[in-house]
Amino acid sequence: MPEVRRSIAITIDDTEIDAYEGESILQAARRFGIKIPSMCYLEGLSVWGACRICVVEVAGQHQPRPACATLVVEDMEVRTNTARLQSHRRTILELLFAEGNHVCAVCVSNGNCELQDRAVEAGMDHVRFDYRNPLRPVDATHPKYVFDPNRCIVCTRCVRVCDEIEGAHVWDVASRGHQAHLVTELGQPWGRSSSCTWCGKCVASCPTGALFYQGSAVGESVHAPDLVARLVAARRDHEWFPPVESPTSPNEQNGDDR
Amino acid sequence: MAEALHPSGDDRFAVLDKHLKRTHHAQDQLIETLHVAQEVFGYLSDDILMYVARALLLPPSMVLGVATFYHLFNFEAQGEHACSVCTGTACFVKGADAIVAAVRDGYAVAPGATSEDGFLTLRTARCLGSCGLAPVVVIDGNVAGHQDARSTLELIRAQARIPEEVN
Ligand code: SF4
Ligand code: FES
Ligand code: FES
Repeated sequence: MPEVRRSIAITIDDTEIDAYEGESILQAARRFGIKIPSMCYLEGLSVWGACRICVVEVAGQHQPRPACATLVVEDMEVRTNTARLQSHRRTILELLFAEGNHVCAVCVSNGNCELQDRAVEAGMDHVRFDYRNPLRPVDATHPKYVFDPNRCIVCTRCVRVCDEIEGAHVWDVASRGHQAHLVTELGQPWGRSSSCTWCGKCVASCPTGALFYQGSAVGESVHAPDLVARLVAARRDHEWFPPVESPTSPNEQNGDDR
Repeated sequence: MAEALHPSGDDRFAVLDKHLKRTHHAQDQLIETLHVAQEVFGYLSDDILMYVARALLLPPSMVLGVATFYHLFNFEAQGEHACSVCTGTACFVKGADAIVAAVRDGYAVAPGATSEDGFLTLRTARCLGSCGLAPVVVIDGNVAGHQDARSTLELIRAQARIPEEVN
């Protein structure tokens, strides 16, 4: 049964739109085709508000607000692309690039990476910070998937999809600050975790090349972030739409389905 | 102890179980439970973390995530005695470095580690909030202000002379 939702008039970049009560600025903008960049937000999952790439300016408020975690309010005036916001986004992206080891040329997600896309959109041609070059061993112990923490931006999309959609909660974030990193169960290799169901939703949700199918070569890994929204809608409405694109393993791509 | 030995063969689990029972295995008691576990076992090994996860029906990765978020939890066996040196701004300016170096050399123990004989764990801390007393050291939970290398080493020696039971 479609619930009746109260309309709230707001303005985004001079366009008046009818948002729904209880909706975030990001959700409202997307329904009207207004683009606000996001990274840790994934439709169908709880809101995390960690990456801050979605910052917008709200008239009357000095601090920029994360569009994914700010609910619409009557008569709100939102700006999504001021010079200040552009500079903030660029700084955030540069910090992410400096923090991990993101080498696009050798990455399985080259060309299919949200981090790369955001950097291109923001015109990030170089990084002003010193690269940290952390030492992070790759975990290739899972029979189907690989986790490469060098490319992880700790957006926690995999953590949330595993907890909220699959219900397994294999992943979580350990430690804090620049040491925050993903762990499976008690930090043992992924292949030795007993709670993993091999469902692959984490791989589908990852915005970067941090999670991918075994045997993927450079540029071969395609994620399917819309999978989550489809599953959630199907569960809620009992309507099943055919996938636009589904996460494929390299074997399937090569027609060799093992 | 009047009660029967805990099925694991380790009676310390009985203490933990008592706490779990008292808090009705409530999931929102996770941090409290980890505190009790650390008090009883000295540190949180993988076995203990798994035991807590099972007892509270929480995913192990979440238990590890919460435990590693806080500096108060240890994941390795601790020494008989612990010396924490504050290296916050005030203590640093007043010579905390020399204290760390003296303890490190005196007991052959790297900051954050435990000496090989298991005698002393050396830690560094960020501002303990007693800057007026800088430089501050904490030895087995006792805060001591206005320390230098020599007085700290003396405090550790004094602490070592106190028999276990009184401690
Ligand atoms: S592995 Fe991917 S989805 Fe998971 S936290 Fe890292 S970047 Fe995000
Ligand atoms: S998308 Fe809003 S904070 Fe990450
Ligand atoms: S700097 Fe040591 S107590 Fe504040």
